Amino acid sequence: MRRTVPALLRKELLVELRTLESVPGMSLFSLSTFVVFHFALNRSSTEGDLAAGILWVTLLFAAIIGVNRLFVVDEDQGGFDGFLLAPVDRSALFVAKTLTLLAYLVVLELVAVPAFALLLLGPSLGHALPGLLGVLALGDLGVAVIGTLVAALAVRTRARDLLGPLLALPLFVPIVIGGARATSPLLSSGHSGGPAARWLLTLGLYDLLFGLIAFALFDFLLED
Amino acid sequence: MSPRAPEGARAPGGARGEEGASASWCTGAGEGAGAGERARAPEGTGAGEGARTPEGARASDGASAREYVLEVEGLTRHYGEREALSGVSVSLREGRTLVVFGPNGAGKTTLLRILAGLLRPHGGSVRVLGASLPQEAFAVRGRIGLLGHDPLLYRDLTARENLHFHARLHGTPETRVQEVLEAVAMSRRCNEPLRTLSRGMVQRVAAARAVLHEPRLLLLDEPHANLDPAAIELLAPLIGAESGLTRVICSHDPAGGLAQADVVLGLREGRMVLLGAADGLDVVAISELYR
Repeated sequence: MRRTVPALLRKELLVELRTLESVPGMSLFSLSTFVVFHFALNRSSTEGDLAAGILWVTLLFAAIIGVNRLFVVDEDQGGFDGFLLAPVDRSALFVAKTLTLLAYLVVLELVAVPAFALLLLGPSLGHALPGLLGVLALGDLGVAVIGTLVAALAVRTRARDLLGPLLALPLFVPIVIGGARATSPLLSSGHSGGPAARWLLTLGLYDLLFGLIAFALFDFLLED
Repeated sequence: MSPRAPEGARAPGGARGEEGASASWCTGAGEGAGAGERARAPEGTGAGEGARTPEGARASDGASAREYVLEVEGLTRHYGEREALSGVSVSLREGRTLVVFGPNGAGKTTLLRILAGLLRPHGGSVRVLGASLPQEAFAVRGRIGLLGHDPLLYRDLTARENLHFHARLHGTPETRVQEVLEAVAMSRRCNEPLRTLSRGMVQRVAAARAVLHEPRLLLLDEPHANLDPAAIELLAPLIGAESGLTRVICSHDPAGGLAQADVVLGLREGRMVLLGAADGLDVVAISELYR
C-alpha cells in the first residue's frame, strides 16, 4: 500500500496535468453557475442559508464532473487490467482515487470560493474563512469517498455518464444538508463563533460510515 | 527461465494436449475419442472430452504436477446467455508454447483473460503456476505477463513514465525500465507521450511492459500485430521462443503460429475443435479452422 498509493497518485496527477480533462471543467462549471445565480436571483449579495445553499449545490454539481471522469482513462486505456495484473492490494486504488478526487476538489475550491465571494456573497469572507475551510474539508472528504465508490460502480456500465450522477446525487444529499447548515452561520452578517458543531459531527460520521462501506466494497467492484 | 526440453523428451500419449499428444480433431464423441484419432469434427460440434486421455497418462510421463504451468479442465465461461468458452481442457508444461487458433469470436481472448486472472471462469477448473483460479489469483499476480489487444498503457504518459509506473506496481527495480526500453529499441523516444508514437512503437513498449517484471508465464494475444519484421525480430528475445518462457499465444497466422507452437489448441465458437502437439499438424489443418 505504501508503495502503490504514491505510484497511483503520481500517475493520476500526471495524466490530469497532461489532459486537463477534469479540474478545468469543474472550475469553469462552478464559475458559470455563480454567474447564472448572480443574474437569476437578480442580486449581487446573498448571505446565510441562501449563500450556503448556493455554494454547496454548485460545488457538488461541479464535483460530479470529476466523479464522472475519475475512472474513464483507466477503463478506456486498460489501466484497470494493468493494475489488476500487479501483486498489489486493490484497496490502494481506492485510496489513490479518493486522494485524487480530494486534490481536484481543493483546486476547484481555490477557484470557486473566491469567485463566489466576489459574485454573490454579501458579508466579508475573511472572518468566515477558517471555519469554512473546516466545513469544506469534511464535505470534500465525503464527496471524494462517495464519488470514488460511485465512479467505480458506474464506469463499467454502458450508461456510465448517466449512472454516475444518478447514484451520486442522492448520496451527496446529507453532505449538502450538513455542509450548508454548518456553513450558514459563517456566511451570515455579523456572525460570531464557528460552524454549528452538530453539523460538523454529522458530516464527520457520514464520512466515516461511507469510508468504511467503500473500503469494504471496493475490491468487489474490480471483479468482472 | 527454463530451457526447452529436446523434442525427444516429449511424452507420448495425448493427455490434454500437452506436448507429445498427437493432434486430434475433437468430436465430442466421448472419452473414447482420444488423442491420435484424427476425426474431423462435424460443424458446430466439438468438445474437450474427446481429446483427453485419463489422468494416468500424465503420470506415465514421469512428470510431476509441479511441472505443469497451466492445467485447464472443462473450462466454461458465459457472457450473459452467450457461451464464450465451453468444456475447454488443456495443459502445458514449463518452457513450452501453446498456440491458440480460431476465428474471431472463438473465445481466444476470453481464455487468455481467464488465465491472467482478469475474468472468472464460470465452470471447470483452472490452475496457473500452481494456483487455482480465481480463488488463489493473488498468488499468480505479478508472475504473468500479458500482451493483449490493448497495450495497457496510458496514452498521455511517455513510455518511460508508463514503465516506471508499472515497475512501481510490481516492485521491480527502476533500472529494469532502462533495460527493457533498450531491449525494444525505444530508449531514444521514451520521453514522448505514447499518443505521438506509431502503433508499432506502442506495441514495442507494451511488450516491454509485459516482460518488465520478469514473468514466468507470457500470455500473448496476437503479439505481432502492428509490428514490422524488424520489430518482430527485435522482440524475439523478450517474447519469442528465445525467451525460454512458458507462453500461450493467440494467433490468426497458421504458418507463423504453428512455427512457434509446441501444443496447438483450436477453438471455434468457444469449443475445442483441435488439440494436440504441433509436430503432427500442418498449416492446412490449422487453416481448416477458419473455414
